[in-house]
Amino acid sequence: MGHDDLAAACYALPVLVALFTVRFFYVLWRSGQPSSRPQAAGLRCLIVLGSGGHTAEMMNIVTTLQKDRFTPRYYVAALTDNMSLQKAQVYEESLIQSGEKKTVENAHFMQIYRSREVGQSYITSIATTLLATLHAMWLVIRIRPQVIFCNGPGTCFPLCVSAFLLKVFGLGWSSIFYIESIARVKKLSLSGLLLYKLRIADQFFVQWPQLQQKYPRACYAGRLM
Amino acid sequence: MADRERRTVFVTVGTTCFDALVMAVDSPEVKKALLQKGYTDLLIQMGRGTYVPSKVSGDASLQVDHFTFSPSIAENMRTASLVISHAGSGSIFETLRLGKPLIVVVNEDLMDNHQSELAEELAERKHLLCARPQTLGETIRAMDLGTLIPYVPGDAKTVVTLINKFLGFPDD
Repeated sequence: MGHDDLAAACYALPVLVALFTVRFFYVLWRSGQPSSRPQAAGLRCLIVLGSGGHTAEMMNIVTTLQKDRFTPRYYVAALTDNMSLQKAQVYEESLIQSGEKKTVENAHFMQIYRSREVGQSYITSIATTLLATLHAMWLVIRIRPQVIFCNGPGTCFPLCVSAFLLKVFGLGWSSIFYIESIARVKKLSLSGLLLYKLRIADQFFVQWPQLQQKYPRACYAGRLM
Repeated sequence: MADRERRTVFVTVGTTCFDALVMAVDSPEVKKALLQKGYTDLLIQMGRGTYVPSKVSGDASLQVDHFTFSPSIAENMRTASLVISHAGSGSIFETLRLGKPLIVVVNEDLMDNHQSELAEELAERKHLLCARPQTLGETIRAMDLGTLIPYVPGDAKTVVTLINKFLGFPDD
């Protein structure tokens, strides 16, 4: 009987691995393909606020978004960053005051462990990234975003990887948009480079034409600031 | 005497620690250069730095004052005739939006110094002047603010349009 189980496993395992591999490459291909069906309903959004200048740029995008299309909105910022969520909160409250109803239920604010602090060494970053990734996975499973907006720094990488894995396991589909910071003129940031090279971002924007020339799959659509 | 027009230079390091910049603006060389250019006041926002510049008042020389943090930095920028800033994108674009002449000083002590990229690119496009702490005096002496080109702020419209299209939303 033990022998039969082993034999069954020997057959089943390669099949599962093959199926998983096919699924993985299918998801990799599908990400980056524009939607073929017209979209009408609101989409659940995960908006990653990266602190400082990153948050300022992201809020420029958020204020331009059509609020009825991109709703509900889940804002996530690093645990050590107490300014960013406050800025998003002030903005969401201004929407309520300007008469757009129900926005109060449509905005949510959450914090996440940070994978890397400014100036932290790359070696200790490995442990903190692992912790941040587990937390990110938990958040992504809870939120089940359909759209993700991010622009670095470190905080967004584990969230994007988790969302990608969710796609591979068939637990939810999300489109990931990465908008590289305006401060990056000649080189991508670490998070940007990883999301670009691993093809995790569905659409990848840069804010300088010379950067687009270096990374041809990126899209230059002007400056946010 | 009091109705002499005040021309203030506002120095900001944001939330960073950038003693090299505070030391540079506190040097006799830079103060003399600013005075020669017709500035009357020097206000330094020193952030988390530990170097405390000297406070000076009196009519013959540049009046110097400093503070660490303030919620009204936007107001300081608005009333300034010249802004000298660290290379953070927040300070840079806030100053450019106000249309104030700007000298960005790059902090060379930062580990991952990608910040100089933005300042150098904007300097190449003549929206601001870019210096290092040790070249600040020279930059001020040589500066001609008439050659600076106003920065036209961008917006997220194109990016948002492309995102809408990607997701299958109809055009507005």
